[in-house]
Amino acid sequence: MAALILLVVVVAIVLWMVGAYNRLISLKNQVANAWKQIDVQLKRRHDLIPNLVNTVKGAMNFERTTLEAVIAARNKAVNATGVQQTAKAEGELSQALGRLFALTEAYPDLKATGNVAQLQEELTSTENKIGFARQLYNDTATQYNTAQATFPTMLVAGIAKAAPVELWEIQEASERAVPNVDLSLGNPS
Amino acid sequence: MSEPVGLFAQQEANRRRSTWLVAGFILFFAWVGFGGDVAFYLLTADAPPGSYHHVVPAIGIVTTLVAAGICWYSWRFGAQRVLWSTGAREVTEPATPEERQLVNVVEEMAVASGQPKPRVWIVPDDDPNAFATGREAATASVAVTEGLLRTLSRDELQGVVAHEMAHVRNLDIRLMTLLAGIVGAIALMSDGMGRMIRGSRMGGRGLSTGSRGRSGGKGGNPLALVVLVLWLLTLVVAPIVSRILAMAVSRKREYLADATGAQFTRNPMALASALEKLAAAAAPTRAVTRGAAHLCIVDPSPGLLSDKQGFLADTLASHPPIRERIARLQAMAYGGTATPVEPAEPLPG
Repeated sequence: MAALILLVVVVAIVLWMVGAYNRLISLKNQVANAWKQIDVQLKRRHDLIPNLVNTVKGAMNFERTTLEAVIAARNKAVNATGVQQTAKAEGELSQALGRLFALTEAYPDLKATGNVAQLQEELTSTENKIGFARQLYNDTATQYNTAQATFPTMLVAGIAKAAPVELWEIQEASERAVPNVDLSLGNPS
Repeated sequence: MSEPVGLFAQQEANRRRSTWLVAGFILFFAWVGFGGDVAFYLLTADAPPGSYHHVVPAIGIVTTLVAAGICWYSWRFGAQRVLWSTGAREVTEPATPEERQLVNVVEEMAVASGQPKPRVWIVPDDDPNAFATGREAATASVAVTEGLLRTLSRDELQGVVAHEMAHVRNLDIRLMTLLAGIVGAIALMSDGMGRMIRGSRMGGRGLSTGSRGRSGGKGGNPLALVVLVLWLLTLVVAPIVSRILAMAVSRKREYLADATGAQFTRNPMALASALEKLAAAAAPTRAVTRGAAHLCIVDPSPGLLSDKQGFLADTLASHPPIRERIARLQAMAYGGTATPVEPAEPLPG
């Protein structure tokens, strides 16, 4: 009788370990996949930028420094490796692009040509996709990190060769800054 | 923590419910068929030798096969049928800026939800509405009406598409699409059976007078009557029950899809303001037929019940009251439950 109970307990523990192990591995793969998603979107952004610069170059000739900053930031981002460095370079590229878009507002003729509007929509969408891919990556990575650090899943973390992964932190102060939203309705503080 | 712990549970529940739905549907058809066989068997059991004896359960076999066929058809072609019935056209090569934007927004939400990009369709209808259909994420379709594209801003469109992607990811689409096929089939069958019974009452006099003669003499077979009454009752009740089932199944999922969608965009207010606009456009979505109503983001033909709460509205409306949905989304926005981004460290400067 005692042997039977022991057997049941052992089987239950083994089954649970298999389940926890599989969950960790599945999370690990999800993290890798989410990272790949970011990569796909970043590559797309890098491909779009020369297009955009070429299109606006003629009309914005005297904004040369801004255009050069965009190209420089892009080239730096293309060559970045690792989570930290990529995050930093891409953040800078986002800022350079933001300045460029702000400047295009001053050229109504430029916006009127469908080409630029279309490119801008493409880049806006790509920016959004990068943001959403980053969000998915951070969510999945947090879940993975939490799972391997909390009891009882941490017991099988070693077997699953789980190691904490880096989150994609927002680097620039301006990006991190939450826009000041006034909800006081006509009573500015 | 942002990732819903219940995602796998949610998908699993929807898989299980889909199986139950199919099993229940086939069992119901089997009951209708074999129950009829039993009733006829009992009615003809003590008929004089030489007259008709119902021994082979032919009706049961036929109805069960038909049910299995309908399920297979709904599984295989349900999504195509739904799209076809709305007259949707697929956007493969976006031609206009609006189409370009729609495709981009769908791609964004596919990235945010971590799902493959679904196929994108536009329904030629002026009333703003949207739905998702399909069997699984890899073959899913998201459709919006032309009215929706015209009415909503980019952010609002994103909110609506996020809601639909939530249905895709939670596998609601599988259950809903199966339901659309099955509800339609039951309605059709009930109509047909009703016609047949009325027809047999007028034409097939021989059988009923025969059994009545016997029952007058020997007290009849009460079991046969019970089975017959039960059988007829199911035929009458089935279409109503199946419709209520479809509505109940979809109502719960709307709140969940709103919340999951808000989690994708981290912008619940955009969906809330989109719902405001959809509610304000009261015109019915004519392209969407009754059988597919529960797939849409807002009730395509809002009736008296759509703004009410309470038992009756809870049972009969296909969607929860839109005011309540907006209120919940606003609560998320102000309460911060749907923006699980970790609070930034104290700002420099």
